[in-house]
Amino acid sequence: MRLFTEKLQVLNVGLGAFADAIEAAGGAATRIDWTPPAGGDRSLGLALARLVNDARVEAANRTAFAAYLAAQPVAQGIAPAREAVPGMDRRIILHAGPPIDWAEMCGPMQGAIIGAILFEGWASDPEGARRLAAQDAIAFAPCHHHGAVGPMAGVISPSMPVWIVRDAATGRECFSNLNEGLGKVLRFGANGAEVITRLRWMAGTLRPVLEATLQEAGGIELKPLMAQALHMGDEVHNRNAAATSLLLRRLLPPMLASRAGRGEIAEAVGFIAGNDHFFLNLSMAASKTMLDAARDVPASSMVTAMARNGVTFGIQLSATGNRWFTAPSPIVDGLFFPGYSTADAAPDLGDSAITETAGLGGFAMAAAPAIVNFVGGTPDDAIANTAAMGHITLGRNGGFTLPAMQFAGTPAGIDARKVVDTGLLPIINTGIAHREAGIGQIGAGITRAPLDCFTQAVAALAAALPDG
Amino acid sequence: MARVAKVTRNFYRDSVALMQLSARLVAVQGVRQASAVMASPSNLALLREAGLLGDEVAASPNDLLIAVDGTDAAVEAALAEAERALNQAPPAAGGGAAAREIAPRSLEMALEAAPAANLALISTPGDYAAAEAMKALRLGLHVMMFSDNVPGTEEIALKRYAAAHDLLVMGPDCGTAIVGGVPLGFANVVRPGPIGLVAASGTGLQQVTCLIDRLGGGISQAIGTGGHDLSREVGGTTMLQGLAALAADAATRVIVLISKPPAPEVAARVLDRARAAGKPVVVNFIGADPATIAAHGLIPARTLEDAAALAVAAASGTPSEPVGTAPPDPPRPAPGQRYVRALYSGGTFCYEATLLLAEALADVHSNTPVGGARALPDPWRSRGHTLVDLGDDVFTRGRPHPMIDPRLRLERLAQEARDPATAAILLDIVLGYGAHADPAGVIAPAIEAAIAEAAQAGRRLAVVGFVCGTAADPQNLMRQEERLRAAGVLLAPSNAQAARLAARIAATAES
Repeated sequence: MRLFTEKLQVLNVGLGAFADAIEAAGGAATRIDWTPPAGGDRSLGLALARLVNDARVEAANRTAFAAYLAAQPVAQGIAPAREAVPGMDRRIILHAGPPIDWAEMCGPMQGAIIGAILFEGWASDPEGARRLAAQDAIAFAPCHHHGAVGPMAGVISPSMPVWIVRDAATGRECFSNLNEGLGKVLRFGANGAEVITRLRWMAGTLRPVLEATLQEAGGIELKPLMAQALHMGDEVHNRNAAATSLLLRRLLPPMLASRAGRGEIAEAVGFIAGNDHFFLNLSMAASKTMLDAARDVPASSMVTAMARNGVTFGIQLSATGNRWFTAPSPIVDGLFFPGYSTADAAPDLGDSAITETAGLGGFAMAAAPAIVNFVGGTPDDAIANTAAMGHITLGRNGGFTLPAMQFAGTPAGIDARKVVDTGLLPIINTGIAHREAGIGQIGAGITRAPLDCFTQAVAALAAALPDG
Repeated sequence: MARVAKVTRNFYRDSVALMQLSARLVAVQGVRQASAVMASPSNLALLREAGLLGDEVAASPNDLLIAVDGTDAAVEAALAEAERALNQAPPAAGGGAAAREIAPRSLEMALEAAPAANLALISTPGDYAAAEAMKALRLGLHVMMFSDNVPGTEEIALKRYAAAHDLLVMGPDCGTAIVGGVPLGFANVVRPGPIGLVAASGTGLQQVTCLIDRLGGGISQAIGTGGHDLSREVGGTTMLQGLAALAADAATRVIVLISKPPAPEVAARVLDRARAAGKPVVVNFIGADPATIAAHGLIPARTLEDAAALAVAAASGTPSEPVGTAPPDPPRPAPGQRYVRALYSGGTFCYEATLLLAEALADVHSNTPVGGARALPDPWRSRGHTLVDLGDDVFTRGRPHPMIDPRLRLERLAQEARDPATAAILLDIVLGYGAHADPAGVIAPAIEAAIAEAAQAGRRLAVVGFVCGTAADPQNLMRQEERLRAAGVLLAPSNAQAARLAARIAATAES
């Protein structure tokens, strides 16, 4: 037995005194900071144990992770959702997160849906819109079920323009709406006249300008732009200042060369330049493109989506396709604008955690030390957070490097098994919405994906894999 | 020979990083030329001029291009090297914030920090121990499970998996082992040497290794199997594996097997394999018929002490000698003092002593009866000759084991000392890692008080004991024995001698 000829090196799980004794006797021991995995669920703990280093899961994860790395998202165009997004040529409104009924939705999501109904002209006033929504006259579906993602309420209706992001490697398309800026905006549930007016302008003026620009440019590669933004202090979830500037720089020459009119161009440029988060929706669509490439690999424990609807937090696993594993949406720990507090906050909301799922956002926090200010942290905390995420991921994305960590790639490809085994929960940078419709963003901060989603996912994976 | 250009799309690295990478690739044996560049038109032109690039490549300035020229094997190796270099995790150390790594939270995470680790020592609550053990096995680690209360079906599943992957599962409920000279769990510090053990009993293993040490011998490996290994259901998987491993181990010249009597078919299989080990094998199936063992060509030992002595003799090629002697002239009990009262912290010690006492005396009781002994109706009250295993569940529910927390035994000691029928109190003192830091220091004053109180009442209370430990243990055998002797304890070198001495004292009272 090799054990007798090798130097004994012990991993100590449990009583620390045993590790002390081993070291006192001249042996080597590594202490494990152990707590019962899976929240102490004994039978799930056993199921998880049988999946550790399972050859089928390991091979499937290599396949899924390679597909994620190979994806090459390109901003290809802009079109009304009804033309671009499959299944939207009818009275349907998409929303963020896992499926949810109208009556269960949080305030900001209901507000955003009312706004979308008004924008579509399906009702003439908010009360009429509310009745319509409650009557099942309109279909609601998660963005994710239509290849789309949207920040906060994530509401997309058929007439809204969407980014079309195509994976050059597979041809697959993903979609996101256009970012409206801060203040009173639909994604935080506002639906007053100024909101609807802005949406009309975005559909009527901004869309044609950007459409002409992208036609002229022939598509914009998003990964290099995101990689560069990471070197400039963004994590492309809650901080997009550099990425938006880089995008605008990339858009300007083809925009000016396009058939768009000077007046419209001036309005469009002014709008984009005035919104640090304009790139966010492209970052999200690019992230979804990369993760969709990793979908539907049987036996893979790689997480392909994390999304919240303001009531529940849901994740999807590569092995289990479109199935959601949900838990109550957590409250976000963060900084609030003057006059607001945790008591005013809606629970975690939006599809934007797709960026963390793709190894960006909180996972790339080391690139964006300014972000930790939201929770009173230090740049060292940002690096520590990224380092910790390296323990629950399948690998590194060498395409997105982190200067503060010796140019290592961002940790990417969340392995649900590792989350359950270590209890280290995926970290998410996010904005905070007021829990009532229409008030808007009241802060920003950091939260964690709930463990329950991952334990359910691991249980489902274990059930799908007979002992082997 | 091959000339390969590999394009990685949208993969930016600055020129310094790429020059470093190129240097690494050129250093690969068999590579003639290599270069890593961003695929800008000017860089592509440079590569063509250098003869590294032939045909047109489809690449844009955002793409990383690695061009290698060399033998087929070298090109493959260089591309693999590039892959590694480009996707490596950050260096673990390096000062500053990056060095602030969190402590490992799982076995898998710990293995990343210590990739050469080869054994997991698991002492979690029993509910979670099997899962941790299974993870360890699946990660290629041997396992020692100190944890108890692990369901039998889980033990069987673990041991099956381990045996199929040439891994060892010591336990569950394995209190002690010595692997590669390192004491694990509750273990003593013993000299290295040519004797290897496989034991289903923790204190049995401690007694034999300590006595071998006392006789000047030494230990190669001491494998614990856990108390259920030799049951019919588990089938002795770990003992058979340990036996095979010791048989193949060049550093082991003599093998010792220790267990309570196994299930008969398991015993037969173990003895058959032991016969084929090609080395002297000493077997102590405590209380089993020595004839069967001898019939297999193996060396039967009646007691743990005999096992140690026979093993040392077999290793040195000299006749076996006893491990010292107990005091020859114990005090004669006063009239009315008739009984032995044994208060054990080690379960196997209690088991062995019960067998020895029941051979010599009638009216023997125990909370863990064996041989001719009868069950104690109330474990908290002695009757006749009584031996209690204070490590039994009855006594440890809701409180620490008596090897760690002496309070329960001190109370019982005072109780037995007050009983006018008590002639001799029999005690074990266990040293080593994990045990109390100064067990003799704690119990000696209680013994002194007990003897004094009995003397005042006109009785001669004999306190017989032995210390299971070595000179190199943290508590130090000599100092512990000295303290006990000073308190008036009649010290034997082993459990067997202590039990026989106690029996002799009781016998003189009865005669």
